[in-house]
Amino acid sequence: MDHNKQHETSHKPIKRNEMTRRQFLSYTLGGATAFMAGGAIIPMLRFAVDPLLQKKAETAFVKAIEEKDVTKEPKSIDFKVHQVDGWYESDPKLQAFVAKDDSGKIFALSPVCKHLGCTISWSGDEAPNLYHCPCHGARYTKDGKNLKVAPKPLDEYQVKVENGWVYLGPLESNTRV
Amino acid sequence: MFKGMYNWIDERLDVTPMWRDIADHEVPEHVNPAHHFSAFVYCFGGLTFFITVIQILSGMFLTMYYVPDIINAYYSVDYLQHQVAFGVIVRGMHHWGASLVIVMMFLHTLRVFFTGSYKAPREMNWVVGMLIFFVMLGLGFTGYLLPWDNKAYFATKVGMEIAGSVPWIGGYIKELLAGGTIVGAQTLTRFFAIHVFFLPGVLLTLLAAHFFMIRKQGISGPL
Repeated sequence: MDHNKQHETSHKPIKRNEMTRRQFLSYTLGGATAFMAGGAIIPMLRFAVDPLLQKKAETAFVKAIEEKDVTKEPKSIDFKVHQVDGWYESDPKLQAFVAKDDSGKIFALSPVCKHLGCTISWSGDEAPNLYHCPCHGARYTKDGKNLKVAPKPLDEYQVKVENGWVYLGPLESNTRV
Repeated sequence: MFKGMYNWIDERLDVTPMWRDIADHEVPEHVNPAHHFSAFVYCFGGLTFFITVIQILSGMFLTMYYVPDIINAYYSVDYLQHQVAFGVIVRGMHHWGASLVIVMMFLHTLRVFFTGSYKAPREMNWVVGMLIFFVMLGLGFTGYLLPWDNKAYFATKVGMEIAGSVPWIGGYIKELLAGGTIVGAQTLTRFFAIHVFFLPGVLLTLLAAHFFMIRKQGISGPL
């Protein structure tokens, strides 16, 4: 013990939680190891979660059908959207049921059943004037209101009418029921 | 907290003797750089293993984006390198690590050679080490094709010609490696399978044998 320390402790014995050499060395070694492991692992984790953090592409409105062809009876139409999927770009076809309501407003419903995601169709012998799903018998009204089996109404495409053409945009929750 | 968790597990499973047996052994003075600085040459084997671990990790993450297909392989590599965050770093680790692992392994081999550590009773470990060396070269060769760019394609063509120059059976080796008569779609999937499943499996088995033997026989004595 050196002179100063002896002097100090003889006057007032301070209770200090002194770190042992072993503790200091294990913290230093552990810290350096964690730093190096982190340097290697963190970039990989950020790399892996990148799809979550990438900016989602805005869905553009797509020209789908002429306004004069839309009737009160829902009509199934196909339209193409441009899709960028990582390094792969494609123009997949989407389906929509387009109809006019009683006030003449045009709306478009998604054909994906809200029960478990099968594709529904309009009307027919077993469900006249209703949407029906072949998988578990879900039924929806013309507005997409869920009558049976399905827990939610059909999703709706955003619709824009310009120069006699109907444009379909991104999907949203049903606004009609 | 960790101590509490460790004790809880240890009371039930008695794990302490297990890791003690693996990790808790004295480093002989002649291989400890703290005693003789020149003993750093004994670190090359451990460094090779360290880089191998990084190769395995970065490779696992790369396969999240990579596809082994002649149409998409190049685009997926381009995408993961330039569009995905830290893609340059993760692919960089795998790219540079691949060369570094060969360098480190070579230095390790030189150390073993010049300290005479391959002599009895460690001849088997030398042989296993040589097998690891060839597996690593195989990993380098198969991995080189995967980006499916010009360099990869023509390097593999040259590699195929070398394989084809083996007397008598060269033609068969060449066709088996290429999965056909040309370097193409089937070569790429084949090399991918060899690169990520077959050779790593062999490598891990050989490494286990390598480490088991060095633990059992101990590090060779001072010069």
